Amino acid sequence: MIAISRTDRSAFAEWWWSVDRVLLGTFGLLIAIGFLLSLAASPAAADRLSITDPFHFLYRHGFYAGIGAAVMLALSSLDPRGARRVAALILLGAMALTAATLVMGVEVKGATRWLRFAGFSLQPSEFLKPALIVIAGWLFAEQRRGTAAPAAIIAFVLYLACVTLLLLQPDFGQTVLLTTAFGALFFLAGMPWIWTAALGAMALMGSAAAYFVFPHVASRVDRFLNPESGDTYQIDRALEAVGRGGLFGRGPGEGEVKHFLPDAHTDFIFAVAAEEFGLLACLLITGLFGVVIWRGLRSALRLNEPFMQLAAAGLTLLLGLQAFINIAVNLHLVPPKGMTLPFISYGGSSMLATSVTAGLLLAMTRRRPGVYERSS
Amino acid sequence: MIGGSRVRLLRREDAPAPLTERTAVHTARRVALRDEEKTAIEAGRGRIAAVGLAFALGFVMLGLRAADLALLDKPAQAVAAVAEAESAKRGGRADIVDRNGEILATTLDTHSLYADPRKVWDAGETAKALVTVLPELNEARTAERLRERRAFVWIARNLTPTQRQAVFSLGLPGVGFIREPKRVYPRTRLASHVLGFTDIDGEGSSGLELGLESDLREYGERGRPMPVSIDMRVQFALADELRAAQAEFSALAAAGVVMDVKTGEVLAMASLPDFDPNRPTDSDPDARRNRAASSLYEMGSTFKAFTVAMALEDGVADLESGYDASKPIKVGNHVIHDYHAENRWLTVSEIFTHSSNIGSSKMALEVGADRQRAFLEGLGLLTRPAGELPEIADPLVPQHWGEATTATVSFGHGVAVTPLATASAFASIANGGKYVQPTFKVHPPGRELPEGKRIMSATTSQNVLDLMRQVVTEGTGRKAEAPGYQVAGKTGTAEKPKNGGYSRKDLISSFAAIFPHDEPRYVVLVLLDEPRGTPETFGYATAGWTAAPTAGKVVSRIAPMLGVDRANPDSEPQLIAANTGG
Repeated sequence: MIAISRTDRSAFAEWWWSVDRVLLGTFGLLIAIGFLLSLAASPAAADRLSITDPFHFLYRHGFYAGIGAAVMLALSSLDPRGARRVAALILLGAMALTAATLVMGVEVKGATRWLRFAGFSLQPSEFLKPALIVIAGWLFAEQRRGTAAPAAIIAFVLYLACVTLLLLQPDFGQTVLLTTAFGALFFLAGMPWIWTAALGAMALMGSAAAYFVFPHVASRVDRFLNPESGDTYQIDRALEAVGRGGLFGRGPGEGEVKHFLPDAHTDFIFAVAAEEFGLLACLLITGLFGVVIWRGLRSALRLNEPFMQLAAAGLTLLLGLQAFINIAVNLHLVPPKGMTLPFISYGGSSMLATSVTAGLLLAMTRRRPGVYERSS
Repeated sequence: MIGGSRVRLLRREDAPAPLTERTAVHTARRVALRDEEKTAIEAGRGRIAAVGLAFALGFVMLGLRAADLALLDKPAQAVAAVAEAESAKRGGRADIVDRNGEILATTLDTHSLYADPRKVWDAGETAKALVTVLPELNEARTAERLRERRAFVWIARNLTPTQRQAVFSLGLPGVGFIREPKRVYPRTRLASHVLGFTDIDGEGSSGLELGLESDLREYGERGRPMPVSIDMRVQFALADELRAAQAEFSALAAAGVVMDVKTGEVLAMASLPDFDPNRPTDSDPDARRNRAASSLYEMGSTFKAFTVAMALEDGVADLESGYDASKPIKVGNHVIHDYHAENRWLTVSEIFTHSSNIGSSKMALEVGADRQRAFLEGLGLLTRPAGELPEIADPLVPQHWGEATTATVSFGHGVAVTPLATASAFASIANGGKYVQPTFKVHPPGRELPEGKRIMSATTSQNVLDLMRQVVTEGTGRKAEAPGYQVAGKTGTAEKPKNGGYSRKDLISSFAAIFPHDEPRYVVLVLLDEPRGTPETFGYATAGWTAAPTAGKVVSRIAPMLGVDRANPDSEPQLIAANTGG
């Protein structure tokens, strides 16, 4: 541990002693694991895409991870109000840019989610999620406090706007994630059970509608329910990878399946980890996300301030749900969603958005006088 | 952000208040609501705990599922992935297997040695060292290559893992390996003409490797081997008997085809001399020629089967009709003789069994050129037959089809066809009168039979079949009998066209066999190019002494493999008598 005196009153020391160091360490560990796995997946991905430099993706991963870590640390130094303002700015920016993708986006695999500039492509919708959760948490808290403004209604309008933007891309996976997180936040905000139930019913109806409106959703669900009905190539390979890995894995670099999995370095990095490092790696990654959820919810449980409580819980939910869905897809527990594994999957937008989420969570959970319930 | 700085300013002034953003009225209300808010927060805590519990359950489920997949579900999946890995290495080219799944062609990884001459320290030394482990290299030429001013030169292609290891152990700088898939034919010469071979880049360059190129890629992508119609056992028996006959009769070459008469599947196709497709360039180009598919022969008397069928089908003659074969006839500038002239009137069946050129010519002339042409066209003898082999040749058909042509074609001269086309035409006689296209793809059992085009009535085909059986029981084809398998057949001895005429001594002897006679299933065509008589054959090299016994031996060997029941030999003579009587 870095030797920093408790009596040191510098900004850095203050940050260091107030931040949740377990959470911070877990995030760091996850980023390191992601980089390590990129060593395995990057050459295979480069080879598949006929890129001459086998470490093309590794260098980029390292670059994004570095920027992500910096963003996370910078955001964690904010106070709740500052965090809220940053979130508001990000929300407005992300909504504007997501809307822009509809007009000038680059189509990748049938969806226009990307904006391209200066050799980098950005998926602005990734940033919608943490920003919306923080703002919605604040609005729900205001509502509960009895503000004159119709805060909850504003929250719903913002949510519907975001979901509309996501569905226009179309990005059904992110919609599911955002809806689940928003619904959970709504529930946590102490809204009546009946409303929560109504929202859940609406989400179910929305899913059913998506099945009939979006052919790719229908095809994915059909293939999940009845594997004979279509191409389950990626899922089959992922399951093989987990099976081949066994308890200890086949060893670093010994994975075969990564050569056949088109999304091995992104959505299916978990399967690559399973094949090369075995069940132990699977349990380690799953466990680390478990630690994130435990620390995040534990802080939310003890926070006294409603906004901070909701924002902390919501951001934790966001990370936890995304990890859960991604791992569940890799293990074929739910239909494929096209969702990255936070901190670990390759991808600049995903990495930065995850870092924003983590940074805001760290900012919310910092120990400040009076914000936590006194431990008995 | 202007608002932000204002707030920070305020904060410094009233230091202890965390709620500076609010007016006094708000603060007052907040105090009043504190208790209420506290209850709300407590309720919120309960809900957070519930969410935490749900997450805990979900993550435990993930862990259990991962453990289940990793530890319990293993073997089948591992195998699938390895198979996938292997087929991907093959660059998508499927193995070729025979109809019973035996491997005929596969792809192995080999290691090709290259050098970067710029990085080689001493070309002479390096070449010297390489020759110690790769003796087939020429030291001087290798050294020369290593001195070239280039970044890449090939040293040796397709090395084995052992050779690769030996080169590795030399520790030479500037040399390296590239993994190259190489097509391998584990049965070496067997069916070499049918399979063909690939070029150094793994693209088909002849045979089915070329003809089935896209199918092989398609099967390869699905990771499955591609079955072809060849039956390796039948192929071996055919090739083995042909080789024995070629040696016994000192023939220049030999060719053979075994075909299923109902489906058109080619079960075996052999051509001698043959070659090793693993090293195609080491062989004589003449040996690489598939005589069964790409060489054209005037088949001779075997064509009389078609002439008789045509006459019966057209109704110009029945089995008892008689023709005057007492003296040679003159058609145009040709005079047509019989070799074993009977010099009398002959019935249609006698014309066939005694192989009378005069009688055949008269029958054909009676039918006429146009209808003869149409009939042979229907039997696939005037166009290139179907089949996936790219080597299959177009027949040689005379441009002007006059009376002389009609007469000579009736006994198999003037039209040159491939053995494959001849076998297909005989299949039409055997299967009740329909022309079925030959194919090298497997006809899945149980699938509907191909809809052949009817060329002759079932009665006509039965009559010709009976005549062919007679050829074996009492005619020129007696040596083709395979006891119990009721061979029906027709001999064909043609003089080879040489120096603008025909050579008396150099023959094409062929035999077309159909078996079993009572329920025909297979055609066997055997052809010997320039066989020589032996003391055992009393110097005869004609089909009855050379091709017929070979075909008989092939039938006796392949019939048990193909599950053809051996009939009770006693019942046969009556059957023949009954048929000829009718």
